[in-house]
Amino acid sequence: MMKVEKISENMVYQKPRLITNNTMHYCPGCSHGTVHKIVAELIDEMGLEDNAVAVSPVGCSVLAYNYIDIDWVQAAHGRAPAIATALKRLMPDRLVFTYQGDGDLAAIGTAETIHSLVRGENIVIIFINNAIYGMTGGQMAPTTLIGQKTATTPYGRDTALNGFPYKMGEIAAMMPGVTYVTRQSVDKPAAVRAAKKAIKKAFENSIGCKGTSFVEIVATCNSGWKLSPVASNDWMRENMFPEYPLGDLKNNG
Amino acid sequence: MEDIKLLKGNEVLAIAAIRCGADGYFGYPITPQSEVMETLMDERPWLTTGMVVLQAESETSSINMIYGGAAAGKRVMTSSSSPGLSLMCEGLSYLAGAELPCLVVNVARGGPGLGSIQASQADYFQLVKGGGHGDYKLIVLAPNSVQEMNDFVGLGFDLAFKYRIPAVILTDGIIGQMMEKVTLSPERPRRTEEELAKECGDWATTGRKASRGKANLANSLFLDSVDLEQHNLHLQKKYREIEKNEVLCEQIQVEDAEYIMVAYGTSSRICMKVVEDMRKEGHKVGLIRPITLFPFPTEIIAKAAEHSKVILSVEMSAGQMVEDVRLAVGCACKCRVEHFGRFGGVVHSPAEVYEALKALM
Amino acid sequence: MKEEIIIAGFGGQGVLSMGKILAYSGVMQGNEVSWMPSYGPEMRGGTANVTVILSDDRISSPVIQEFDTVIILNQQSMDKFENAVKPGGILLYDPNGITHPPKRADIKVHTIAATELAGKLGNAKVFNMIVLGAYLKLKPVVTIENVVKGLKKSLPERAHKLIPANEEAIRVGMESVE
Repeated sequence: MMKVEKISENMVYQKPRLITNNTMHYCPGCSHGTVHKIVAELIDEMGLEDNAVAVSPVGCSVLAYNYIDIDWVQAAHGRAPAIATALKRLMPDRLVFTYQGDGDLAAIGTAETIHSLVRGENIVIIFINNAIYGMTGGQMAPTTLIGQKTATTPYGRDTALNGFPYKMGEIAAMMPGVTYVTRQSVDKPAAVRAAKKAIKKAFENSIGCKGTSFVEIVATCNSGWKLSPVASNDWMRENMFPEYPLGDLKNNG
Repeated sequence: MEDIKLLKGNEVLAIAAIRCGADGYFGYPITPQSEVMETLMDERPWLTTGMVVLQAESETSSINMIYGGAAAGKRVMTSSSSPGLSLMCEGLSYLAGAELPCLVVNVARGGPGLGSIQASQADYFQLVKGGGHGDYKLIVLAPNSVQEMNDFVGLGFDLAFKYRIPAVILTDGIIGQMMEKVTLSPERPRRTEEELAKECGDWATTGRKASRGKANLANSLFLDSVDLEQHNLHLQKKYREIEKNEVLCEQIQVEDAEYIMVAYGTSSRICMKVVEDMRKEGHKVGLIRPITLFPFPTEIIAKAAEHSKVILSVEMSAGQMVEDVRLAVGCACKCRVEHFGRFGGVVHSPAEVYEALKALM
Repeated sequence: MKEEIIIAGFGGQGVLSMGKILAYSGVMQGNEVSWMPSYGPEMRGGTANVTVILSDDRISSPVIQEFDTVIILNQQSMDKFENAVKPGGILLYDPNGITHPPKRADIKVHTIAATELAGKLGNAKVFNMIVLGAYLKLKPVVTIENVVKGLKKSLPERAHKLIPANEEAIRVGMESVE
C-alpha cells in the first residue's frame, strides 16, 4: 500500500478540502468545475463551512450538491432566489447563495431573480452565463448571441424570431437594494483570481447583510458550442466579452 | 382564563400561526384570504416572537420560499386561494418529493380559471389527489368552524413534522370570512436553534455542516430510476402509515341512520342543520364529516354503509369527494351513493339539501 | 334562544359593523354567535349584507335562507330579502330611498327613520346604531349594557370616546321605531 506521506512530499496541488471525491459530471473544459473550486476554497478559507447554505438550480449545476460539501437545497427550475430569500430571512447570520445558469436565472426564473434583487435580499447570486442550455442538449438561452447556432436556433439566433440577448447584470445594477454587481470570467489564471476575489466580496456582503450581490461569470460550454475547450475560450473572448463586458457594474459595498 | 375572541377564520389563521410558534409566513394577496397576511402585517410578530412575514411577488415564489424555510427545518406557512394554489402545485410536488414539512392553506373559491371569489369545494381533487406531478400525498385538514381554523394550524404543523410532509388546511371563503367565537391556543415559543437541531438535525439544511459532521441536502432529484422507485416506495409506506394513524372524522347521529350525508367544511355545517330538521320530523338521518380528507375516513364510511339505504355526498363541487365515498362503500354493498352539489361559488341552502335528500327517500 | 338576522344595505352604511357589534354583544352574554358577511367587489358601492346568528346552543349552518328578522336599508335589499322573512317574523326598514315598501301580510313590518334621525343628531356615522336601537326595542336579544361591552371589545381603544354618542343613538333608535 502506498504511503500517504510519500505523496504529500511531492504534492504541488490538491483539490480544495470541501470538494468531495464524487466524480464530476461536467464536460472537460467546462467553466463549472473552476467556479466550484473557487467557491469551495472560499468557504474553507473564510471559515464558513459551519455557516453556509447554498441553493442549486435546474441545469448543468443541478448536482452541485454532490461536489461542494456543505448544506444544499436543490431548487425547482428558476426558483432558487425565492428559496434563498427564505433561508436568509429565517437564518440571517448565514451565508446564503444561489448558483444558477442563464436559462434558470434569466428565463424561467426571471421573476424570482428580479424580485429578490428588488427586495435587496442579503444573498449572493452566482450566475453562470454560457449563452446556452447545457443540460438539455444545447438549446437557445436568453443570453444566446445574435446569430449563434444552438439546437433550437439551428440557423443562428434570429432577432425577428427569437428576440435579443439581454444583460441581467445591468438590470441587477439598476436595483437600489443591490450592493454589488460584477461580471467575471475564469478563462485564465488571472481571471480565476479576479473571480475568486469578486465572490469573496459577495460572500462578505451576504454575511454582513449589506444587500444583494450578483456575480456573473461569463463561461464556456464547449460541448454545447461544439468547440474544443481551447477554441471555446477563444470564441468566448471574441464573441461573448463584447456583448457581456467584464468588470464591476456596481460596487457600493 | 380562556382567551375567547370573536374573529374571522382568516384572521385566526394569522393569530394561531404566531401563537403556535411559527417561524415564517410567505404569501401573496388573493381574495378571499388576504386578511391572513394583513393581520400578520398588523400584528408585526417579528417584533415579538421573531416570526418572519414576507409578501412575495407571486404564489410561485411564496411556495418556494416555503420550500426554503421548510428545508431549514423552520415552521413555515403560506395561504392562498384556488388560482394561487394552481401556481403552488409545482412547489407542493417538490415539497412532497423532498419530504419537507410545512403548512399550506387554501381558502378556496369558485373555478375553473379566474372563476369567482365566492366559496367553493372544487379543489378537492387538486389537493387530495394531486395537482402537481408524481405520486404524492398531502395531509389535508378540512375545518368547519373558526375554532377549527385556529386548532388546525398547530395540528397541521405537528402532523407535517411528524411525517415530514406538507399539511394543507382546505377551507373556503365562507369559513375564511365568517366570524365566530374562538378560544385561542396557548402560546408556545418558537423553537430554538438547539431544539431545531435536535428535532430535524438529520435532514434540515441549517448551514451547520461542520458541527453536524455531515452535509444535509433538501432534494427531490433521483436520476437513477431504481433509486427513484425506492424513494417512491418509501413515500408510499409513509402514506399508508398516515392512513392507519391519522384519520379524523366527526359522526353525527350515524349509529341508527338509514340516510347518511357525507360532507366536509362549510357543506358539513349546512348538512348539520338538515340533520336537525329531518330528525325533528322523525327521519333517521345522519352525517359523516371527514375532518382529514387525506387520510380519508374510508372504513368509517364503509361501516356506516352496511346499515344505510342511501349515502349522499354533499359538496360545493360537481362531484369530487363522492368518488372516494363510492370507493369506500364499494360496489358489493347495497347502499346507494349519490352526489348533490352546487358549484361555481354557489353555496347550497339547507332547504336545497333537505329536498335533495328527501327525493332519495 | 335562537335569533337569525340578516342586515342588508349599501356598502358604507355600517351594515357589517352593526352586525359585528351585535355579535360581540352576544359573546358578552355567553351566546354562541356567527357573523357571515357578503364579501368581495359587491361591497364596493354595491350592496352589502351580513347574517348574524345568536343562539344558546351550537350553531349548525351559518348559511341560512330564512330569517327571524330582516333589516333592510336600501331598495335592492328589499327586493332581495323581503321574501326571506320567516312567517311571523320581523321586517325592519328605513323608509329613506324605499320606493316599493313591503307588501307581505304574514310578517310584522316596522320602520325606523334612521337616515333622518342621524341628520338631526348631526352625526351620519351613528346611523347604524339608530337602526340597532330600533331592532333591540323590537327584539331585546341583547341588553344595552352588553352592547356597550361589545362596542368596547370591538372598537380600538382610540375610538372608545365615541361610545357615548353610539349609546345615545341606540336610545334614539329605541324610542323612534314605528
